[in-house]
Amino acid sequence: MGFDPKGVFFCPEPEIQLSSVIFNEKDISRAVTRIAHEILEKNKGADKLALVGIRTRGATLAQRLAKKINEIESTSVSLGILDITLYRDDLGTSKQSPEVKKTDISFSLEGKEIVLIDDVLYTGRTIRAAIDALIDFGRPATVQLGVLIDRGHRELPIRPDYVGKNLPTSKSNQVQVHLKEDDGVDEVILAKALSKKE
Amino acid sequence: MVLIKNGRVIDPANGIDEQRDLLIEKGKIKAVEPTGKIKCEAKTIDAGGHIVAPGFIDMHVHFREPGFEYKETIESGCRSAAAGGFTTVAIMPNTNPVNDTRSVTELILAQAKACGTVRVHPIGAISQGLAGERLSEMSDLKDAGAIAFSDDGRPVMNSELMRRAFEYSRMFGLPLIQHSEVLDLTEGGCMNEGAVATELGLKGMPVEAEDIMVYRDIALLKKTGGRLHVAHISSGNAVELVRQAKAQGLPVTCEVAPHHFTLTDEAVRGYDSNTKMSPPLRTQNDIERIKEGLEDDTIDIIATDHAPHDVVDKQVEYQHACFGIVGLETALPLTLRLVQENRLTLPRAIEKITSTPASIFNLDAGTLSVGKFADVVIFNPKEEYTVDVSRLHSRSKNSPFDGWKVKGKVTHTLVGGKVIYSAAKN
Amino acid sequence: MPITLKNILGTRDLAREDISTILDTANAFKEISTRPIKKVPTLRGRTVINLFFEPSTRTRTSFEIAGKRLSADVINITGSSSSTVKGENLIDTARNLEAMNPDIIVIRHACAGAAELISHFTKSSIINAGDGAHEHPTQSLLDLLTIQEHKGSLEGLRVVIVGDIAHSRVVRSNIFAMKTMGMDVRLVGPPTMIPFEIERLGVEVSHNLAEAIRDADVIMMLRIQTERQNRFLLPSLREYSNLFCLTSEKLERAPEDILIIHPGPVNRGVEIALDVMQDKRSLILDQVTNGVAIRMALMYLLLGGSDNGLN
Repeated sequence: MGFDPKGVFFCPEPEIQLSSVIFNEKDISRAVTRIAHEILEKNKGADKLALVGIRTRGATLAQRLAKKINEIESTSVSLGILDITLYRDDLGTSKQSPEVKKTDISFSLEGKEIVLIDDVLYTGRTIRAAIDALIDFGRPATVQLGVLIDRGHRELPIRPDYVGKNLPTSKSNQVQVHLKEDDGVDEVILAKALSKKE
Repeated sequence: MVLIKNGRVIDPANGIDEQRDLLIEKGKIKAVEPTGKIKCEAKTIDAGGHIVAPGFIDMHVHFREPGFEYKETIESGCRSAAAGGFTTVAIMPNTNPVNDTRSVTELILAQAKACGTVRVHPIGAISQGLAGERLSEMSDLKDAGAIAFSDDGRPVMNSELMRRAFEYSRMFGLPLIQHSEVLDLTEGGCMNEGAVATELGLKGMPVEAEDIMVYRDIALLKKTGGRLHVAHISSGNAVELVRQAKAQGLPVTCEVAPHHFTLTDEAVRGYDSNTKMSPPLRTQNDIERIKEGLEDDTIDIIATDHAPHDVVDKQVEYQHACFGIVGLETALPLTLRLVQENRLTLPRAIEKITSTPASIFNLDAGTLSVGKFADVVIFNPKEEYTVDVSRLHSRSKNSPFDGWKVKGKVTHTLVGGKVIYSAAKN
Repeated sequence: MPITLKNILGTRDLAREDISTILDTANAFKEISTRPIKKVPTLRGRTVINLFFEPSTRTRTSFEIAGKRLSADVINITGSSSSTVKGENLIDTARNLEAMNPDIIVIRHACAGAAELISHFTKSSIINAGDGAHEHPTQSLLDLLTIQEHKGSLEGLRVVIVGDIAHSRVVRSNIFAMKTMGMDVRLVGPPTMIPFEIERLGVEVSHNLAEAIRDADVIMMLRIQTERQNRFLLPSLREYSNLFCLTSEKLERAPEDILIIHPGPVNRGVEIALDVMQDKRSLILDQVTNGVAIRMALMYLLLGGSDNGLN
């Protein structure tokens, strides 16, 4: 809110957003199924496999993947949840300290093929933090990366092994992943802000 | 010749409160006449419609010389007094060396004379070295110029010694001023014992420590004769004890310091050591009973207990800080709050710091009678300003009133007709 | 919701949301101490100074471990609280440290108000590790965390605190924090050790331990101080122990699921009987574990934001 010299209050023009649903519930489900098969194929089975989901929605996706892998190979794969807040490289740049949630990796990483799972891959900094965190827990045989959406614009040399969808975006876009367990609905939204500058 | 014109003269000793002009010759009051009546060649001071009163008297100040000159000297103390409108002060003996002999008394008087401003009266110690074990040479001290005796900073704990002090002092007719505090009850304490102390985790000084000693001294006084003046009263209970003693015709008087009718122990929250003094700030109930005591004259006078302390002594942990605050330059505005609250009229308030202390301690001061010393204060009771401790004339700046918006400013202070303080020049 | 406090001087200034945030954050930090590599890089390159004017191994060690597990540089400085010991004045000490740009100063001092005093002279964040008989906020927070772990929720719990209430900073911090979280507090001790008008803080007072714990959810036993100035308060430790030591006998009348905590170090046999210390309801060691987590959480919350908590 501001006020003009005449003393009348006015609101700045609201930002217009054009948003479209990129992935719906069925799309997400198919992607999860495909990624589960790809993981099993690449690692030749679930023997040494472990999934580690990055909070919050990466963890949800990891849970779904674990369930799907169980359906396919009738084997339960180790599942961990990682909160990477403490490893972020941007701490001390926002006004308040970001909220920290629990990390739960209750199995040994030694000799395992770890697949990190996240919902959206963007600059790659989150994944860098996740790898640092994993290394503090032990020494896995390999660390692979699976994401639902890859929206480009990497700022670090990070590349995913499994991708649900490659989505070209511009930096002014927002990609929002909603999952039933967290948000009540399964969808991926691409929001495009239209401001006077455009 | 000096002519003070256009002022409202308030002289409680003579029952005067009206527009008058004041003529001073050779350091004494020559005439006090209705405005405009005096016509003569004289240096003129225009009182600007403000109050013209006898120079104030403070019966309880600590000027720290000899021994603690880094806190205050007699010279800086006198400048502070003058800025506050005080023309007469009585100095407590807890210097180093203690004022328990003629030679220290003479030193103090010599220093004061060298300043040549405020009139200084020494108070001699009750006990040698303030140790509370042997009486001091009261006769010698009186001859040297002491006008009363006290061990202030400390109480006389030993009841036998206090009893003998009362008896002995009868020979000299001078009052014993008691800092009433049973030290056993207050050991380690640094603020009033109460809910606030409990919350802050500070050891309290129970009000009973004051009440018990006031009661003891009054009981002794009954038997021994002599005169008791209760210093810096802070307890509502103690006020009641003094009231009862006076009703029985006992020679008891007492004083209160402005901070004890202005602040409660709530002020200690935040641990500002400028709220640490002895006796401590008490409760709202005590303040109320003190104001009642001022109204019915149970409390005879207002005295600041001006206790300068250097930053070194105050800017430390609360329980290690020295007790006491400066008060000479905030006394007037704080006293005037009683007038603003309609607890006292302006003449009655002025009485408490002029004619009454003069009469209790037998001082040739506190009045504007013709022929008396021309010790005069001119002040504007309506002028509002913000207290700024960095501008205090005292060497020390330990006051909790920094930043307070107050009313009541001294414009001129004269001693013996000579201007020793002028607001315009400061 | 993250907090925006600059200092942790006491629990009296903490709102309910603040306390909840601190407890939740501490929960997340607990797990780090169970990893093989007990370190996260979060406060890498930050400086934490432990300024302890009172001897204390456990609290200081706890703060040191907390800082180091967050990868901060931790420095320990000891001093004396006595004004008669020649040495630097507290404010000068703080100013000198400030000139070296620490991020956090943790201070423990024998004088109430010491932490607040130095906070006026430093830009760093201050954590009060105990100032005289005034507050010990990190102890209270770890007590709350411990209680919450075992009872699920804090609201409506009845806590009985036993011992030298008058001289205890742990009590004051716990009273403020517990009342904020909707808990009931009852104090037990000899009348000489109950401070004047403490009921005004909304607590009950009792002098009979067995009676007082009959309906309690938590008992907190305090350490008995035997300093010189307390010589008038008790005839002997023996009598104190007879009346107020927590024994299995006295516990018989207490609820089965009562929790037992103590800020430590424990005077065995004086405050708690040996067999009770080993009782499964005694959470003294849990408190120590939680102490590290709480202190890690506080350091993170104070420094995780851009203004380092400065307003």
